[in-house]
Amino acid sequence: MEMFKGYDPGEFYDEMFGADGSVRSHCAPLLRRFKQLDQKDFLARKANSELYFLRQGITFNVYHDEQGTERIFPFDPIPRVMPADEWEPLEAGLTQRLVALNLFLHDIYHDQRILKDEVIPRWYVEQATHYRPEFRGVDVPGDIYIHICGSDLIRGADGKYYVLEDNGRCPSGASYLLENRNALKRTFPGIFDEMGVRPVDSYPRDLLAMLHHISPRRDADPVCVLLTPGCHNSAYFEHCYLAREMGIAIVEGRDLIVVDKFVYMRTTRGLKRVDVIYRRIDDDFIDPVVFRKDSVLGVPGLMNAYRAGNVSLANAVGTGVADDKVIYYFVPRMIEYYLGQKPILPNVPTFLASEPEDLKFILGHLPELVVKAANESGGYGMLMGPTASAAQIADFRARILANPRNYIAQPVVALSRSPTWCDGAMAGRHLDLRPYIIYGKDVKIVPGGLTRVALTKDSLIVNSSQGGGSKDTWVLRH
Amino acid sequence: MLSRVANTLYWMVRYVERADNLARLIDVNQQLLLDSERLDSERLRAFWQPIILSTGEEDLFGALYDEAGSSEVIRFLTDDTRNPNSITSCIGLARENARTVRDQLSDDLWESLNALYLFTRSPEASHLIASDPPRYYENIRRSSETFLGIAASTLSRDEAWEFMDLGRHLERADKTTRFLDVSSYLPGGEMGAAAPAGLHWSAILRSCGALGAFRALNRDINSHSVVDFLVFSRDFPRSVRFCIEKADVSLHRISGTPRGTFSNDAERATGRLLAELNFSTADDALSAGLHEYLDSLQTRFNRIGEAIFESYVLMPERIESCFMDPGQALSALAAWQMQQQQQQQQ
Repeated sequence: MEMFKGYDPGEFYDEMFGADGSVRSHCAPLLRRFKQLDQKDFLARKANSELYFLRQGITFNVYHDEQGTERIFPFDPIPRVMPADEWEPLEAGLTQRLVALNLFLHDIYHDQRILKDEVIPRWYVEQATHYRPEFRGVDVPGDIYIHICGSDLIRGADGKYYVLEDNGRCPSGASYLLENRNALKRTFPGIFDEMGVRPVDSYPRDLLAMLHHISPRRDADPVCVLLTPGCHNSAYFEHCYLAREMGIAIVEGRDLIVVDKFVYMRTTRGLKRVDVIYRRIDDDFIDPVVFRKDSVLGVPGLMNAYRAGNVSLANAVGTGVADDKVIYYFVPRMIEYYLGQKPILPNVPTFLASEPEDLKFILGHLPELVVKAANESGGYGMLMGPTASAAQIADFRARILANPRNYIAQPVVALSRSPTWCDGAMAGRHLDLRPYIIYGKDVKIVPGGLTRVALTKDSLIVNSSQGGGSKDTWVLRH
Repeated sequence: MLSRVANTLYWMVRYVERADNLARLIDVNQQLLLDSERLDSERLRAFWQPIILSTGEEDLFGALYDEAGSSEVIRFLTDDTRNPNSITSCIGLARENARTVRDQLSDDLWESLNALYLFTRSPEASHLIASDPPRYYENIRRSSETFLGIAASTLSRDEAWEFMDLGRHLERADKTTRFLDVSSYLPGGEMGAAAPAGLHWSAILRSCGALGAFRALNRDINSHSVVDFLVFSRDFPRSVRFCIEKADVSLHRISGTPRGTFSNDAERATGRLLAELNFSTADDALSAGLHEYLDSLQTRFNRIGEAIFESYVLMPERIESCFMDPGQALSALAAWQMQQQQQQQQ
């Protein structure tokens, strides 16, 4: 098939083709297999994979969308392929990073050495939106705070990987990673032949082993549950999926009750004690007694049980401080401070608007920079300098000056691209990678992660809420 | 298992069963219409009136439609989402319930229900309703049967299964009485074996998918034999007696109490009804007046439904009340679940 005819890698780093247009050696067998399909067959199989997603109900809900709220997450059948020697340093770098982040969280919720030693200015931590000073001194099992981390990696024009951000609260998307693999196996079984693709199906087992590991109860098999905000949440499919894969109950806040600082679920046979909660509800909504009073999703009294050590939460309360994009700036320093190591994975160069030197630079170069609010996600609250209008730039200038603590800026990284099927032709589209790192007895990462792709031409925003899709990610054995 | 999950599975299956029964009812009567001579609008109204009455939505129908011709009635019962008991609405509700307990269902089971849902909302479905209704109804029936078949072959016979089975059999028993009750509203000569009425009796049998099984018994089709079969048969899976017996078995499996005894109101109400059905005949039903008899059965089904809700969904809630605040009103959970429960009370 000549689907790849006329494909132009452009001036970006292309995951499949070198700058001279030749195929990268680890992609050659894959390309050969795709070329054996004729276009009609390819399209029929692609349509089949979409039907699979729709029928399985692998959809996400779009907020503020009145009609037909469920959509499938667009799936591109051309996988992103990564040779073993490319994955290994990522695995090491992500592990190093998560260990350091957990040491940092334990530190700021206990002795605050890193603040006393002035490695990180105290006020940055204390003013982080999701810092929870009321939980200082509360011990969590194994001193682990972020049990599941989704760190977003991007690859620049130089082919180097950078960490774009860390998601240490309730990172979502792991179910898509698993289902993408299922869909690709079902619809293009032929392309897997002898490629030596490492499986990803251990994720639910790793997750469950971690939940068992953090149980506060040693005398009995732990009862683990997944706490969801309910079926109107955009990630509800994923909650069900993971609960079922792990064989644990999926509960809503209304199914749980706290009695004398113990958590129970209401069953047809009365109340049953719960030991570990894999919660997919943010801190703000988890306990209306302590946090937002208007939350109907949470469990009144849950924080009392948590403080008393009678129930474990994954992730722990207060991890959001590590998601703050200003704190992100300091992660390489944390790695050096706690581990005495050089960071294996670099951050994207970042400027803090609250540092006078940086601020001057930011204001002088707005049209060239990406500006981000410190605590927004999902591609919201950001300014893409090169494509922004004068009015948008003026707006952000005012916002930055009004609240410099809340803004950072980064140079635009020309994200790497991969061939993607768009409107009847193969075209280069930008992508990122979100690996899922699990920290229990030890750190486990399923090979690869979720590759998100910006389906809109030239777009650098890969979020599903803004026209992003995804691809299967192949880490090869060799 | 979680009380909410038990309640949700119960309703999921009830809604699928309801859609399946509706599809039979409409299909059979639409075909019956083809056998009769052309009816004027007055007689057409009289023909459909009992059907609408049997679904319990006569007021809503009157409010939404001026005419009561075939196409209005069929739309109302089939794909009018303003009617909470139309086929499309029932499938939507079944799927909404399924979605909240997706982890309890096998992939195949979810997929079959989701596919049915996608079908009912598709242009293909609207096209079929307009151009080839029998195919549309066949599609609904087949899909519901597939759903039950997949459930039967992929789910463990655990508590979840028993709650689903309970929902299925209570819904079935209720629908069988409602279909039988269609005969009560027929204009003129409602009882007896007169030829035009005989046609209605066989239509009722067909609505319950029972015509073949009935014929195998080699009996004449008349009010007595049909009531005997659809209410009291020991063997036919849609007879009232059969369904109540199944419900009784499920309830005892859930509680672990031996059959013939009871540990809660649901078991008591079911056991009593079963005993009465075991020791009654079609004569008892007809001499009391068929409509009154069927009506009293429906009331008792509702009472069983309430008692199940009380024992397995509300009770855990009660435990909370005594721990926390005895004066506390029912939680949002109970309120929502009660809403589903009450929707049944019509």
